[in-house]
Amino acid sequence: MSSVLKVSDLHVSVGETPILKGVNLEIGQGEIHALMGPNGSGKSTLAYALAGHPNYSVTGGTIEVDGVNITEMEADERARLGMFLAFQYPVVIPGVKVADFLRHAVTNVRNPDRKEGEGLIGMREFRKELRSRMTELGMDHEFARRYLNDGFSGGEKKRMEILQLAMLQPRFAILDETDSGLDSDAVRVVSEGLARLSGPQMGVLIITHHERLLEFNTPQFTHVMLGGRIVETGDAALANELHSNGYAEVRKRHPQAAAEEAAAEEALA
Amino acid sequence: MSLVTRDPGRTGFSVEVFEQFLAGRQEADWITEARRLAFAEYERLLSIELSPEEFKRLDLRPFNASRFRPLPEQSQQSSVSALMGDHTEYGGRIVHQDGYVSQLSGSDTLSERGVLFGDLQQMLESHRDLLEPFFMRRAVAPDADRFAAWHAAFWTGGTLLYVPRGVELELPIHSLITHTQDGVAEFSHTLIIVDEGARATLLEETASAEAGSAGLHVGCVELIVERDAHLRYVQLQNWNQNSWHFAHQAGVVENNGSLQWTVVGLGSKVSHIHQDINLAGRAATAEVNGVTFTSGRQKLSYYTQQNHQQQGTHSDLLYREVLRDDSRVIWRGMIKVDLPAQQTDGYQRSDALMLSETARCDSIPGLEIEADDVRCTHGATTGRVDQDQILYCMSRGITRNEAMHMIVEGFFQQVYDRIPIPVVRETLSRTVQKKLGIETMESRLISDDEDEN
Repeated sequence: MSSVLKVSDLHVSVGETPILKGVNLEIGQGEIHALMGPNGSGKSTLAYALAGHPNYSVTGGTIEVDGVNITEMEADERARLGMFLAFQYPVVIPGVKVADFLRHAVTNVRNPDRKEGEGLIGMREFRKELRSRMTELGMDHEFARRYLNDGFSGGEKKRMEILQLAMLQPRFAILDETDSGLDSDAVRVVSEGLARLSGPQMGVLIITHHERLLEFNTPQFTHVMLGGRIVETGDAALANELHSNGYAEVRKRHPQAAAEEAAAEEALA
Repeated sequence: MSLVTRDPGRTGFSVEVFEQFLAGRQEADWITEARRLAFAEYERLLSIELSPEEFKRLDLRPFNASRFRPLPEQSQQSSVSALMGDHTEYGGRIVHQDGYVSQLSGSDTLSERGVLFGDLQQMLESHRDLLEPFFMRRAVAPDADRFAAWHAAFWTGGTLLYVPRGVELELPIHSLITHTQDGVAEFSHTLIIVDEGARATLLEETASAEAGSAGLHVGCVELIVERDAHLRYVQLQNWNQNSWHFAHQAGVVENNGSLQWTVVGLGSKVSHIHQDINLAGRAATAEVNGVTFTSGRQKLSYYTQQNHQQQGTHSDLLYREVLRDDSRVIWRGMIKVDLPAQQTDGYQRSDALMLSETARCDSIPGLEIEADDVRCTHGATTGRVDQDQILYCMSRGITRNEAMHMIVEGFFQQVYDRIPIPVVRETLSRTVQKKLGIETMESRLISDDEDEN
């Protein structure tokens, strides 16, 4: 059975400020969706809300995976159900080796009922798997012994996110500007890596401003977010149009959302 | 006992107690004479305020010394489990029980290489000419403060390790200091002398036989590292949470010598350690590592001094503290650079990680510099577990608790990385996990290193 991630009329606030104002989105396993929109339109908020960040409170609507309501679930429970967020700003965890971190993560995701203190997956097989994934992503095996994201360059951090994606093999992956801040070589590596990983088993939501990531990972669906709502959905051609022409036309087509966007910006200023 | 003890009787160690203690001793006259001088010093120092800089943050009012007494004779031998004791091969072992040496092994084999290892009092008596110039003369003076004098008057038992010129001890030495009797006052002394070009490692730990009994340790550690010598010394304080721990500790490093000193504070109700690092010879170096993990209502206090006395000396101190519950840690650090100590490189840093709202940590670094061509750096941070780190771990399927534990271990890992003794790293990792409440978690450190081969 093919899985579905379904977002219905999702309202999310940060503190007292409403950011998402009724987002509807349905992603099937094996599909690639692009999410575009100007800065501040709510793309990252949607990503964090899907991952279960406690600072992003859902004030209305639901998030479901195969009909199971995960709106109230903690982030770790969601991960064990197959959700994955590649962070725009990956977090440094000093003193924790990449290999140790991933061994815990992989064990929990593959054995969702595991309790803390129970055995981890075998070191030998884990190491073998980790090394082969690193080779595929063109990463030095030495990274396994480094502390997670500690002293990593921007490109190394993003590649580490893709490595985690490769190891955890989620059903639904959300990539929040995984291509931002990277030079074109690094974007290519990440794009190719993602293209290799995504397949019939993975639904992907790519949040991006760049063409490159979408060149290697052609979206079947392109969504445009404005003022906290998805205002348009099209195919890959829509992504191309936005790359070429920006959001002026979109704002014209959706004056109410554009007005709300402007009001929100004013409130922030 | 407040900063000024107006009633010396309240300390409970009156002249009657001292005379009674002496009456039970069988020892050389010169040792007894030194005790009498120290006791007079102790009584004098009781009426003098403790250094406010060192003690003002530590409330000693609940301390009632009269509750504790030295044992008049050795208690029946009981085995107390050691954290590091069974996990590696040692070149020699000594166990102190309630102030008496209760077990000793390896000293015969070591003596074939000219190494002296064993009961301090016996060694002082049999090798007076060699050892008298060191004992409470080179590193810790009996009149250094009230606690040093108290120790100098009442010390019993103790470890002596003397490594002669050019001898390298490949295997570490293990020393275990235990309390088995409720109300015991124990004054063990550690004297290590590493002669020119020699090398040694001594791992020392303290333990209480029972969780419920209360003990008092008034200790002294003297580490003498001669020219070109190298010493690694670890003291892991793991008393039960009813015990009191006071210690005056000092290391002296001569020309080109190096000292690596690790202090670990896990146990005790209240502890105060005065730690001096005296870089007395040119190009002497010292690396100091501190690891503390407090819980409940524990209070651990450290006063550290890195004294740069000669040219080209190098010191590097890193303390890492994790605090739970209502516990408290005080670290007051000082780098002192004397006028002749040009081209000195001094570093000190203390980082605390708070796991509760009610824990408290005071970290106060300081510098006193008389030379003008030096590089001295210091810093102190206090923080809570970062919620973004927790969320990041959780978004990978790791539970909130597990994430917390990982982050704490990672925090300590950066000190473990400086300790090149596997048994110490492994012990610390295991002990920290236990204190975090993860009894059965497999040790990632150990499995990782093993598998790498």
